[in-house]
Amino acid sequence: MSAEVKKAYVRPLDLKHGRVDMSHGAGGRAMAQLIEEMFLKAFDNEWLRQHNDQASFAITGGRMVMATDSHVVSPLFFPGGDIGCLSVHGTINDVAMAGAKPLYLAASFILEEGFALGELARIVESMARAAREAGVPIVTGDTKVVEQGKGDGVFITTTGVGVVPPGVNISGDRALPGDVILLSGFIGDHGTAIMSKRESLAFDTEIVSDTAALHGLVAAMIDAVPDIHVLRDPTRGGLATTLNEIAQQSGVGIMLDEAAVPVQPQVNAACEFLGLDPLYVANEGKLVAICAAEHADALLAAMRAHPLGANAARIGSVHADAHRFVQMTTGFGGRRIVDWLSGEQLPRIC
Amino acid sequence: MKYVDEFRDGDVARGLAAAITREARADRNYSFMEFCGGHTHAISRYGVTDLLPPNVRMIHGPGCPVCVLPIGRIDLAIELALERGVTICTYGDCLRVPASENLSLLKAKALVDKSRADIRMIYSATDALALARAEPQREVVFFAIGFETTTPPTALVIQQAKAEGLTNFSVLCNHVLTPAAISNILESPEVRQYGTLPLDGFVGPAHVSTVIGSQPYEFFAEEYRKPVVIAGFEPLDVMQAIRMLVRQVNEGRAEVENEFTRAVTREGNLKAQQLVSEVFELRRSFEWRGLGEVPYSALRIRSAYAAHDAEAKFALDYRSVPDNKACECGAILRGVKKPQDCKLFATVCTPENPMGSCMVSSEGACAAHFTYGRFRDIDVVTI
Repeated sequence: MSAEVKKAYVRPLDLKHGRVDMSHGAGGRAMAQLIEEMFLKAFDNEWLRQHNDQASFAITGGRMVMATDSHVVSPLFFPGGDIGCLSVHGTINDVAMAGAKPLYLAASFILEEGFALGELARIVESMARAAREAGVPIVTGDTKVVEQGKGDGVFITTTGVGVVPPGVNISGDRALPGDVILLSGFIGDHGTAIMSKRESLAFDTEIVSDTAALHGLVAAMIDAVPDIHVLRDPTRGGLATTLNEIAQQSGVGIMLDEAAVPVQPQVNAACEFLGLDPLYVANEGKLVAICAAEHADALLAAMRAHPLGANAARIGSVHADAHRFVQMTTGFGGRRIVDWLSGEQLPRIC
Repeated sequence: MKYVDEFRDGDVARGLAAAITREARADRNYSFMEFCGGHTHAISRYGVTDLLPPNVRMIHGPGCPVCVLPIGRIDLAIELALERGVTICTYGDCLRVPASENLSLLKAKALVDKSRADIRMIYSATDALALARAEPQREVVFFAIGFETTTPPTALVIQQAKAEGLTNFSVLCNHVLTPAAISNILESPEVRQYGTLPLDGFVGPAHVSTVIGSQPYEFFAEEYRKPVVIAGFEPLDVMQAIRMLVRQVNEGRAEVENEFTRAVTREGNLKAQQLVSEVFELRRSFEWRGLGEVPYSALRIRSAYAAHDAEAKFALDYRSVPDNKACECGAILRGVKKPQDCKLFATVCTPENPMGSCMVSSEGACAAHFTYGRFRDIDVVTI
């Protein structure tokens, strides 16, 4: 007697009206369905298709890099991006700032009960697109659900691994007196785009977030100048905070030239009326590079030849200073400190 | 940025700096007080002092609304939030001002019973009014601070609350007056008797003057023989004003001049003045941090609006609380000391952990010097 196996009918996820409920994180059928129909469908790759709790992959020799980044941005959708692509770009960039080629990503979701499945689908598709464009697959993940009021829609944590090419040694403690500081483009776009959508501030602007994966730019830069000393993406706290971190780590002073720092006029104007300083406003698709003076022209040329570095500029230099001050010659002709950000300029920017 | 970059032009600044250096007599010193925190901030942020000759010295004045707020007033707001179930709305800078018992509004926010009260940061007085309107069961108090610039918007929300009959909205008024503070400094023993505070003139307020006009300063120029030049908050405004002050001193003049003609008239904004006088009246005396009790230096809400006056509504009892003994905010606000003269400066007192009010607001003399200029106090490599 031959019995045909009857496939159990499962009603597909209702992306139009459906909402996240507690069962989506409970480990049962509802969770399996959410993973299958939403995450696996969007991220589809050979590792996820194995349906394991982990991804296994062969490693090549050399130095590996690992980075993790949580994303709690509000609002979830903003001009130029959303929490989905941001969570992919953010971690890829952290891996790339070691000069590494990013290989794989892991993604962990904390969903709030009541969050619209349709919005979650938009976010997941945006993540999938960003990962595909970057050529870095999301190979494993996790989903949890918290009660209404205990989260804010969705929080996403991503972790990335990558491999550093031989001969590359990039680290925040390698800035040396005499080095030159380069910046890959306009600062403050991401933070300004987010602020323009905040309820209490909302203003009209054409500024969009600069969120982007920078590993392609980094690879081109390393091709031109393998001995880059420092790379860092100035995200939260902006350029000022990043330069202070580097000065601290390397035990050096930094002198910036205000007139050389690229800022879009709209960003300048928005910061002016909000009482903010663009030097402290977040970026999600920019990097700071520090290298020896004799390599600066070649590195700058390589940056400008890449679409994500078209507006790159030489913005300052490194010098010996036991106090590790970041100073700036102002466009006005004076001199001042560019200090650490004090307090919080704007919460939940990424 | 149009209409802004023009006032920050480095070439013009160098030209003005050369003119000041040329005109300032080598055989004497010039000490000018910039009254406003806005000027203090501009001077520090753009490095204006680097462009001035060594015999022209700028003294920071008390014109930072957060800095002059005494501990006792913050304590009142904290008491309302913690003990009376009130939601306090105020401007961001106020939240970090140190109060009694190691508290601040920010720290008190973590202790508030959120089921009925809260402490919230707002951008405008109307935000507080909107909250009261949207949540009638919530008792909302707007903790209003500031000089004449922020007084008209406060007057407006009080009038609106009365017109709408919003019984859950009131204002804890801490508005203070610029001319009274200038008089106080000019009458201080350091200026009049000991001469320990050499003062050759004032860079007069920018935004305050758009409301009150240039006329109120004429008394100081005449009575105390001190020149006043009203200046905008851009760095070139400040430099131009300094040049005008140097000229007045050189020519033995003591007049009120207006550098900020693009916004300030002699009469000021009559409509705003009318609004303010409808809602507010003079307080007989008010405590300022640093200056102590200053007669007729602040405003209170008229009895016609008593329903929206938090002091009347909650029968608040003001108690003066002395500052930390080692804190020099008082002397710094009077211009007698510099931030780096204070033992607490950049040691236990930093913008992250302010002991005194001058370290709180970016307009405060200590915060401005810490954030932008403290490298001048120590030997650093310059390139």
